[in-house]
Amino acid sequence: MIHYNNSYNPDSEGFYGQFGGAFIPEMLFSNINNLKNQYLEIIKDESFQKEFDNLLKDYVGRPTPLYFAKRLSEEIGAKIYFKREDLCHTGAHKVNNTIGQILLAQRLGKTRIIAETGAGQHGVATATVCALMGIQCIVYMGEIDIARQAPNVQRMKMLGAEVRPAKSGSKTLKDATNEAIRDWINNPIDTHYIIGSVVGPHPYPDMVAKFQSVISEEMKWQLKEKEGRENPDYIVACVGGGSNAAGAFYHYLDEPEVKLVLVEAAGEGIYSGKSAATSILGSRGVIHGSMTMLMQDPYGQIIEPHSISAGLDYPGIGPLHAHLIDSKRAQVFAATDDQAIEAAFHITQMEGIIPALETAHALAVLDQMEVNKDSVVIVNMSGRGDKDLNTYIAVQDSDKTENIPSSGI
Amino acid sequence: MNRINRLFEQKKKDVLNIYFTAGFPKLNDLSQIILELEKSGVDLIELGMPYSDPLADGETIQYSSSIALKNGMNLDLLFSQVNDVRQKTEIPIMLMGYYNQMIQYGEDKFLDKCVDAGIDGLIIPDIPLTYFEKNLQEKVEQKNLAMTFLVTPESGEERTKLADRLSSAFLYVVAKSSVTGKTEELNENQIDYFQELDSYQLKSPRLIGFGIHDRASFVNAAKYANGAIIGSAFIRVLRDKGIDGINAFVSQVRGV
Ligand SMILES: Cc1ncc(COP(=O)(O)O)c(C=O)c1O
Repeated sequence: MIHYNNSYNPDSEGFYGQFGGAFIPEMLFSNINNLKNQYLEIIKDESFQKEFDNLLKDYVGRPTPLYFAKRLSEEIGAKIYFKREDLCHTGAHKVNNTIGQILLAQRLGKTRIIAETGAGQHGVATATVCALMGIQCIVYMGEIDIARQAPNVQRMKMLGAEVRPAKSGSKTLKDATNEAIRDWINNPIDTHYIIGSVVGPHPYPDMVAKFQSVISEEMKWQLKEKEGRENPDYIVACVGGGSNAAGAFYHYLDEPEVKLVLVEAAGEGIYSGKSAATSILGSRGVIHGSMTMLMQDPYGQIIEPHSISAGLDYPGIGPLHAHLIDSKRAQVFAATDDQAIEAAFHITQMEGIIPALETAHALAVLDQMEVNKDSVVIVNMSGRGDKDLNTYIAVQDSDKTENIPSSGI
Repeated sequence: MNRINRLFEQKKKDVLNIYFTAGFPKLNDLSQIILELEKSGVDLIELGMPYSDPLADGETIQYSSSIALKNGMNLDLLFSQVNDVRQKTEIPIMLMGYYNQMIQYGEDKFLDKCVDAGIDGLIIPDIPLTYFEKNLQEKVEQKNLAMTFLVTPESGEERTKLADRLSSAFLYVVAKSSVTGKTEELNENQIDYFQELDSYQLKSPRLIGFGIHDRASFVNAAKYANGAIIGSAFIRVLRDKGIDGINAFVSQVRGV
């Protein structure tokens, strides 16, 4: 039985401090309200939990290992662990959430699933659970992301999903999310929207965080086994919308000695004009139905972000994280495109693990933690790099690669 | 008295509300479009504040919004253009847009600017009813701005009554749960829904919107309410024919 009690649960209207809520047009109200009224009851139900746990174990491959990265630890001068979400079925943490939501959708009597995707990992994870349950699946994906994450597009199609290009705006994750929400407005009865991160109107941020919280639940007993203590000194996670971070932080939120580190994508540099460093560049406002921090101009027009990593290319951040940052419970670091690429190659050669580009952002800031040799740092290895091979190959084939250092992050 | 309330006091049937996006098709067309609409027999203007991420809108209004933004429309310019046209007309004007625009501009400054420019009311579909009641209602009423909230066939009686109570302009009856821009004819279920609304004894005048696109759909919808709203269909007229197309379109809808 999973316990979800902590002092960072949202209030009944979905607010974490001043962030959250459900700022949605009336056309979405009945669906969201229905979800809000039922999600807690459903996910706390014994039969739900049993099915969820069994699928996480036998289908996803949980628990995922907590791996001690020996060579990297020596280099950094601290004990570095990787929480291996990259070993989940489909290659990232995203599937923890889609398993939960498909079981929920079934209990809500929904027969058609829609989703948005950036890197394609959430799209693949959604298409996968839809194949598993035999439910129709439509995935919205920005036109630009369709091009840069081609292997995942093919995987979704093979899984039987329809991939619909989002052609508006910046043609990336934000626009795919808009299109998915519009689809839901048009199909209010039969459709459930499986959102891919801790974003969107209440109850999504809380629901997705709860499904992902299995990550930190496992971390606690795994670290106890390895180090004799449940609490690390740092947990480091990349943040697009913030679902892998929410999962990795969840059961540590009320443990103040555990420092929580969010790593945002700084693109070509935080102030380069081509960045996705939301909490640093953003201000309070509403995006995708949630009051949070977002990148916007003085008139509230949402600014198109940039990151080499499609999964972090999002101008907002989940309201829980906006609150954690605002209340100083979490710290924010940023990694540029180049730093992420460099870290990806470095970790691959140090540990034999090719990380997703998103995860590479988290790996890129490890040398900035204040640590000593007894410090324990857990990095949430949110996904594997298979989907990013085209990007990595392009780097490897260019002259630049010759300068990729084999040591030093 | 607010111009919108005056309108509904004087006119109970066939109220025609036309939506268009400020800054579309050209940056400085706003004033001419409003005057032309008024001359053609439109009762109420719903002026869209172009937004980068119009969640509730279909392709047509996404398009007009993105062109308007490319043209350089912004809230300061919008207020100044409305201020200019207000010297020439008394037609009621409502602003329609998204809450984020209001937050980022500054809620108080936004409301003050509305009043200064001669705007009469607001339609901000992503402000939750209870949130409005708690955080905004008092401010908006102090400024004598009228509010409109949306209801759909899925809203149910209790919520519809809440939306009615909080609406001080009119109640926006969404004919069918969808984004804007669809052109299906009204079906029996929708007509049943409009008639059910009659039984709720609502205080606000009602306008039906979403999918109204020509004379037939206007006349049909207007039978079940105080009038109707045309949005995307009018944007398509502006897109294809420009300002020159306004009179013919409105005359056709009016049947004159
Ligand atoms: C491997 C991986 N990590 C991280 C993310 C970012 O999402 P979130 O911040 O919700 O964990 C993604 C999103 O696609 C991803 O695929």
